[in-house]
Amino acid sequence: MDLALLLDKTILILILFGVTLFIAMYSTYAERKVAAFLQDRIGPDRAGPFGILQPLADGVKMFMKEEIIPNTADKWLFIIGPGIAMCTALMTSAVIPWGKNITIGGHEIVLQVADINIGILYVFGVVSLGVYGIMIGGWASNNKFSLLGAIRASSQMISYELAMGMALIAILMSTGSLSIRDIVENQHGWHWNVLYQPLSCLIFIVCAFAECNRTPFDLPECESELVGGYHTEYSSMKLGFYLFAEYTNMFISSAIISSLYFGGYNFPGMDAFSGNTLAIIGTAVFFAKIFFFIFFFMWIRWTLPRFRYDQLMRLGWQVLIPLAIFNILATGTWMTFKGQLGF
Amino acid sequence: MQLTNRSKVVSNKQMTLAEKMYLPAILGGMWITIRHFFRKGATVRYPEVKREVSTVYRGKHVLKRDEQGRENCTACGLCAVACPAEAITMDAAERKKGEEHLYREEKYAAKYEINMLRCIFCGLCEEACPKQAIYLTPEFPAANYDRSNFIFGKDKLVEPIDKRIDVSLRKKVHTS
Ligand code: SF4
Ligand code: SF4
Repeated sequence: MDLALLLDKTILILILFGVTLFIAMYSTYAERKVAAFLQDRIGPDRAGPFGILQPLADGVKMFMKEEIIPNTADKWLFIIGPGIAMCTALMTSAVIPWGKNITIGGHEIVLQVADINIGILYVFGVVSLGVYGIMIGGWASNNKFSLLGAIRASSQMISYELAMGMALIAILMSTGSLSIRDIVENQHGWHWNVLYQPLSCLIFIVCAFAECNRTPFDLPECESELVGGYHTEYSSMKLGFYLFAEYTNMFISSAIISSLYFGGYNFPGMDAFSGNTLAIIGTAVFFAKIFFFIFFFMWIRWTLPRFRYDQLMRLGWQVLIPLAIFNILATGTWMTFKGQLGF
Repeated sequence: MQLTNRSKVVSNKQMTLAEKMYLPAILGGMWITIRHFFRKGATVRYPEVKREVSTVYRGKHVLKRDEQGRENCTACGLCAVACPAEAITMDAAERKKGEEHLYREEKYAAKYEINMLRCIFCGLCEEACPKQAIYLTPEFPAANYDRSNFIFGKDKLVEPIDKRIDVSLRKKVHTS
């Protein structure tokens, strides 16, 4: 490994880290603004013009709050919990291709931290680790509400991961690769996967909502039943970490949805550009898609009420998984016969 | 037995397949919320913008003076008795010689306090007053960080002699 590559990657990782945190921070602001607009209000507007300094004020508030660790809690696990949640939330971004390669003075920079050939599996692996943050936090709090929230979180995540994986298999079949870069490259121009695999896309998005614990699947932290769910006992910046991890997850899932189904950095009419221009426009388009999906997450949250627990499980096991399997079958049949029927 | 004509029959009917798909309902809901997104908010940005209130709005009180600038209140305590929130307290004092230009009656309120956090702005004090000394005005008691600052004394309540407050509309409310 030469030094230039090492430098490239380090800088990219730092930028990504900053951008992710920045977007997660401003997602909290966006969430409140979107909620306000959807409810005919105007949202936070006191800190700075249009309230754009609100996240900073929130951050300062979080840091200044008194830190309370319950006497009966398992102290170490209680502290590790939010850390795991945050770590796993940040790790996923490593395999997402943020744009085409940029060339600066003959030196090619790859806008992806690691193009591993099992990118999708890596994402799934890290996402399933994410449940540990919630589970450990909820369990270590030694509080019934937290425990219930943690149990719900784990069962919900495990159930929906299955359907999510199944939905993806159809994409893998048509692309023939597990690398996210390959999948994105495959959707050149407007040949986005959502047009070829709408069912798979729908299942994936629904599961992504469940994985992120967003409404209508926010049962792990439903305020009306479980006080705060798994983070009932948390205060100060530990609570901040959990909330932050949720927004980071939202950002990353939006990125993954956009790259798997909505063409990533591809856009119609991209052949008119080339080189660095194309790369930069591509990245901008990619981020536009990501922001749309973040908005979509919020839009859904302020539209739909929460599912009941049995409805959640029924939807996952009896509807989404069979549908996903059906989708795999249909894709397989199509791929087998399309050559023979002369398409 | 039917008690009201608003009762609804609960139906436990199974959802049809279309309803079970959830999607049409979800899209319908999203359509409704996105329309609200572009609507003008109902928020009034207080304190920069004050919401318009009626001319006979019951807000902060004023202790009136008469035409010669003398305080009307005679510290009879009827307002305090009438007050359902027990927000009013006062200390009475006797008018000394030479104070006739300050107080209209022989007895006056040396101290007169209304706790604005207790007050419910019902206006019963002004109805009880036999001397037409206290009225409610359309002004809001300003927000504050300290609860003790909400106990308004005579300094805040008595109307300034050079800036008289017109309460004729409130007076009309009681005579009509
Ligand atoms: S307005 Fe009503 S509550 Fe307020 S001081 Fe007068 S009588 Fe009491
Ligand atoms: S305000 Fe009126 S009712 Fe109250 S003490 Fe003075 S004169 Fe009496």
